[in-house]
Amino acid sequence: MKLAEIAAALSCTALTPADGVADIETVVASDGMSEILAFPSPGAVMLTGLTNIQSVRTAVVADVHAIVYVRGKQPAAPVLELARDKGIPVFTTKLGMFEACGILYVTGLKGAM
Amino acid sequence: MPDELLSRSFTIHGRDFERAGEASTEIKSLLKELEIDPAVIRRTVVIAFEAEMNVVMYADEGTVTFVLTDEDIGVEIADRGPGIPDLDLALQEGWSTATDEMREMGFGFGMGLPNIRRNSDEFSVKSRVGEGTVVSSRISLDGAP
Repeated sequence: MKLAEIAAALSCTALTPADGVADIETVVASDGMSEILAFPSPGAVMLTGLTNIQSVRTAVVADVHAIVYVRGKQPAAPVLELARDKGIPVFTTKLGMFEACGILYVTGLKGAM
Repeated sequence: MPDELLSRSFTIHGRDFERAGEASTEIKSLLKELEIDPAVIRRTVVIAFEAEMNVVMYADEGTVTFVLTDEDIGVEIADRGPGIPDLDLALQEGWSTATDEMREMGFGFGMGLPNIRRNSDEFSVKSRVGEGTVVSSRISLDGAP
């Protein structure tokens, strides 16, 4: 599934530039960064409610392709700057974690764990 | 003896949540430039990142030392801090002494040391209560753990 299709399915707003053409097969979802690090899935989309700088560093370390912040959360400017610097597309959706995961699950995307 | 190709040391300050992870991302950049296997890079950087977070959350100060040879990667994290009274407990997944503040940062769920061990080909941890902790990991360049 293309990143742009995922963003559309979740009614996302893009917070950093993204061409959306990347093919995504897996999704990781947690507010616990060690959970993401325990089962890294290169190229995955990461759903999280954690908006601090560690969310982007975790994405870098785990080779996550893109981040979607749930519950309408917006990270602070330095967080977005790091994401831009590392080339990680960042989105926000008003949906909660459960709804966002459910919508992506029925499209056929897989979990990493 | 394997030939040492590269080594770096980084000082990590306790409670410095904003900068935690900078050393790990720098190690990742160095390894990517050297075209090391991405899975080996990922394992190395997960180890370094979890170790950095442990120092930031629990210790006063620590040093992450990273050594690349033609055979493997060594990551050693030595900190000055409270130490770990019961290492068996600390290595159990899910066991944690983290505060709510640490959990709000996305860490402190009892996954740190287990994640470090899972990604290491060789792993050791030594700790003295009231003095500090040394975690050593070795990752082979030639394959899976």
